Amino acid sequence: MAAIKVHGYHASTLTVMVLCCLNEKEVEYELVLVDLPTGAHKKPEYLALNPFGVVPTIQDGDLTLYESRAIIRYLAKKFQGQGTNFLGSTLSEEALVYQWCEVEGQSFNPPAFSICTQILNVPMRGGSTDEAAVEMNVEKLEKVLDIYEERLSKSKYLAGDFFSLADLQHLPCTHYLVNACGKGDLISSRKHVNAWWEDISSRPTWKINFT
Amino acid sequence: MAAIKVHGYHASTATVMVLCCLNEKEVEYELVLVDLPTGAHKKPEYLALNPFGVVPTIQDGDLTLYESRAIIRYLAKKFQGQGTDLLGSTLSEEALVYQWCEVEGQSFNPPALSIVSQILVVPMRGGSTDEAAVEMNVEKLEKVLDIYEERLSKSKYLAGDFFSLADLQHLPCTHYLVNACGKGDLISSRKHVNAWWEDISSRPTWKKVAENMKFG
Repeated sequence: MAAIKVHGYHASTLTVMVLCCLNEKEVEYELVLVDLPTGAHKKPEYLALNPFGVVPTIQDGDLTLYESRAIIRYLAKKFQGQGTNFLGSTLSEEALVYQWCEVEGQSFNPPAFSICTQILNVPMRGGSTDEAAVEMNVEKLEKVLDIYEERLSKSKYLAGDFFSLADLQHLPCTHYLVNACGKGDLISSRKHVNAWWEDISSRPTWKINFT
Repeated sequence: MAAIKVHGYHASTATVMVLCCLNEKEVEYELVLVDLPTGAHKKPEYLALNPFGVVPTIQDGDLTLYESRAIIRYLAKKFQGQGTDLLGSTLSEEALVYQWCEVEGQSFNPPALSIVSQILVVPMRGGSTDEAAVEMNVEKLEKVLDIYEERLSKSKYLAGDFFSLADLQHLPCTHYLVNACGKGDLISSRKHVNAWWEDISSRPTWKKVAENMKFG
């Protein structure tokens, strides 16, 4: 069986999240470089794969698939029998995985991603960080993380006492918030969120991407 | 078996997404009113169900579940043998359903919901529509819809030639854009997007829900 092709960029957190998932599922893959700094993701060759011009996109046999959250959900299903189980053990547990995946996508990611964009991307493109925007999004994120703190005081991981897609989805953005944006206090100031972060970010399948 | 309880509001886009899905799956439910205009969603009774203080939340036996996109995915799985099949027929088709569900959640909904919020909700709360914000979000949405136009010129529905969760997710917000925000041209100016919209919005399971989408 041909290895899954991942069109992406090694420093793109969403690409790394898919690679991490593939590692957890013990699935072979080939990373095909899409050189973001030179705008390769906006060239016709890549747009033919993904008309939204963002990474990553995977090719698995006849299937071309984009949107990192959809990709990891597909991988979790297709390879359900091997590697780490990402979907819980019952339909109700799986439902809670979906719930916390949506919380990440709808409530955590928007402010977290905005903070990272302002602090990291905007200066890289020659602009200046909008500090008011950062502050506003930090406030939003604090409220979300207060709810996480309450949840994680009762549950080892977000969906239950098992690592799942929902936890995996938080790795990329939080990694940048803590390690590159100087916003580690958002995590470290919350006892249970901190313990959870220490746990999930030290998984070998994640750490290997940053050595 | 006890009917599924849906805690929500009849005019809330996320609530009606779930109600439409329940209709498609031919599942009995009971709508428990969470009166948004009076702030019921922020009261301790509701926050105990959903700490994020948004609607809807469902109760199905022992399971309490929130996030409308997670709810409809759960319903599509649990009731896979009955009603409309919302997940395609193969794993690859299901993957494309997920892909377009994420496109809705990450690329379509943010600008679309901002437009609806500015034009409908802000004035209801006594504020004034930020026209610049509307214009900026209309521009973003136009770019997304251009990609939809290309896709729908090759495929009857978003994930393939079958109606799925991905199409369903677009019903509520687009309904408001077209029928209450005066932004119908975004849809009608695009031949294939328009045909798709006419098709999905005329499903009886949707029309039943849409006719109650009034605030107050």
